[in-house]
Amino acid sequence: MFDNAFTSEAFSEAVDILINDMPFALWETTYVTVLATLFAVIIGLPLGVLLVVGEKGGILPLPKWLMSTLNVIINLLRSIPFLILMIMAFPLARLIVGTTVGTTASIVPLVIAAFPFVARLVESSLRELNPNIVEMAQSMGASPFQIIVKVMIPESVPSLISNFTIAITTVLGYTAMSGIIGGGGLGKIAINYGYYRYKYLVMLFAVIILIILVQVFQSIGTRAATRCDKRIK
Amino acid sequence: MIEIKHLSKTFAGADGSVEALKDINLTINDGDIFGIIGMSGAGKSTLVRCINMLERPTSGTVLIDGVDIGALPADKLRELRRRTTMIFQSFNLLMQRTCLANICFPLELAGVKKAEAKKRALELLEIVGLSDKANAYPAQLSGGQQQRIAIARALATDPEVLLCDEATSALDPKTTRSILELIKQINERLGITVIIITHQMNVIEDICSRVAILEHGVVVEEGDVSKVFSNPASDAGKNIVSPEERALLESGLTERVIRLVFDGTAAGEPIIAKMAVDEGISANILYASTRFIGDQVFGRMLLGLPREGDDADRAIEYLRRRGDVFAEEVEIDV
Repeated sequence: MFDNAFTSEAFSEAVDILINDMPFALWETTYVTVLATLFAVIIGLPLGVLLVVGEKGGILPLPKWLMSTLNVIINLLRSIPFLILMIMAFPLARLIVGTTVGTTASIVPLVIAAFPFVARLVESSLRELNPNIVEMAQSMGASPFQIIVKVMIPESVPSLISNFTIAITTVLGYTAMSGIIGGGGLGKIAINYGYYRYKYLVMLFAVIILIILVQVFQSIGTRAATRCDKRIK
Repeated sequence: MIEIKHLSKTFAGADGSVEALKDINLTINDGDIFGIIGMSGAGKSTLVRCINMLERPTSGTVLIDGVDIGALPADKLRELRRRTTMIFQSFNLLMQRTCLANICFPLELAGVKKAEAKKRALELLEIVGLSDKANAYPAQLSGGQQQRIAIARALATDPEVLLCDEATSALDPKTTRSILELIKQINERLGITVIIITHQMNVIEDICSRVAILEHGVVVEEGDVSKVFSNPASDAGKNIVSPEERALLESGLTERVIRLVFDGTAAGEPIIAKMAVDEGISANILYASTRFIGDQVFGRMLLGLPREGDDADRAIEYLRRRGDVFAEEVEIDV
C-alpha cells in the first residue's frame, strides 16, 4: 500500500503541494478553529456559569426542571459523534450561512460540538474557586450578578484560559474531520490527497503541520494562563 | 445595638438533623468588643453568620438597632451587609486583584466612583500600615499583612459592626497580637462594634470587654471578661480558662482540693505563707497560674490538703474570712 509513497518523485510532488496549497489550508484551519472556538466560548461561558450558580445551594438557584433540561441538552450534544453531528447540522448550517458545504458552513457543526464541551470546562473552572471567596463577596453585600462578573470569572481567569486552550486544540482536531463535508483546511488536504489519491506523503505533511499548530496553541495558552495568574509570586 | 433573641439553627443532614444553635439570647452594645468563645463545633461560626444572615436562623430573630434583619428584602439586606462587614480566618482576598483593588472591591459593589474609591482605599492602607503594598498582589504578602488588607477592605464602607470569624487563628502569636492591637485601635478610634469569634482564650483576654461561652450550640455563660475568665461558673468555661486544672483534677488525686481565685489586689500578697504562719496549715500547691485579662492580674490556685483532720475546713474558713479571695472545695471522686 505504501509502496510508491516515498519515492523521490512522490517527495518532490508533495513538496510542490506543500508550497502551493498548504499556506492557504493552514490559514483556513486557523480561521475556522479560532472562530468556532470563539463562538463556542460565547455560548458556553454563560451556560457554564449557569451550571454552577443555578444549582441547589448556588448563589442564584434556578428551578430544578431548568437545570435538568440544561444538563440533558449538554450531555446529549456531547454524546453525538462529530461525524454524525456534522450531517445532522446541515439544516441549521443552511439556515445560518445559507449553504451546507464549504469552510464557513463547517463552523456551524463545530460550534454545536464545542459549546457544550466549553460549558463543562467553564463549570469545572468555576468549581475550583474557593467557596469562602464567594461567601466573602456575599458578606460585603454583593448581588449574584456582581459575584459572577467581579469575583467568580475574574478569579478563575487562569483556569479558564487553560481550559479554553484545551477547547481550541479539540476544535482543531474536529476541523480536520470537517474536510469530509467540504470544509477547507489541512484536514481536507490530508483526506483528498492521502485518502482519495494515495499520496501518503502529503497526508503526512498535513498531519505534521497540524501537530505543530496544536503545539503552538497549547504553548500560547499555557504561557498566557501562567503569566496572568497573580497567585504565582 | 445587636439583640439576638431565641435564635436556633438546625441543619438537615443526610443522617438526621443537627441542632447547631439552641435558643441563643445575647445583647451586644454599641462600641463593645464582644467575644464569643467555644471549641470547634460549638456553633460559633454559624452564630456569627446569623448576624449578617449569611446563615438563616431556623427560628428566632436578630435585631440590629431594632430592625429585624431576617425580615429584610434582598436589596436592604445587601445594604445592611455593607454596614456589618466581616473578616475571616483565611483572609479571603481576591488573589487576582492588587491590594488596592481588593480594598476598592466593596466600594465598587456599592457603586462608588472609581477615583473616590481609590482615594478611600489609600487612606485605609495607611490606617492598616501598608501604604507601600498598594500595587502588590495578596500572594506576595505574609498572612498578617493579608489580614490587614482584609481589615482595610472590611472598613471601606464605613461599617458600624465588624464581625471577626477566627480572624487570628491562622496567624502566629506575635502577628495575632499586632492584628488584635489594630482591631482595638479601630474600635476606639472609629467606634465600631466588634464581634470576635475565636477558640483562643488569649484573644478574648487581650481585647474583649464582654464574652459569651458557647458549648454544643448553647450559651453556657456570659458576662464581663474579667468576671467570666477569673472565675468561670460553667464546666465549659473552666475547661477553656485552665485546661491544665481539669487534667490535674482527673489525674487521681487523693487529697482534698481547694480552688482559690484572686484578683490583682490580692495577687501581691503571700496568702499561702501567711496561712501557714497564722493558722499552722501547710497546704500543698498543686497548681497555680496568674494571667492578665485586659490590664488586670488574675490568679488561680489549687491547694491540696490532707483528708484526715480539719485542716481543709479551717483553710477554707480562713481564706473566706479574708474577703479578697474566692475559695471553694473541689469535689473529686476518689
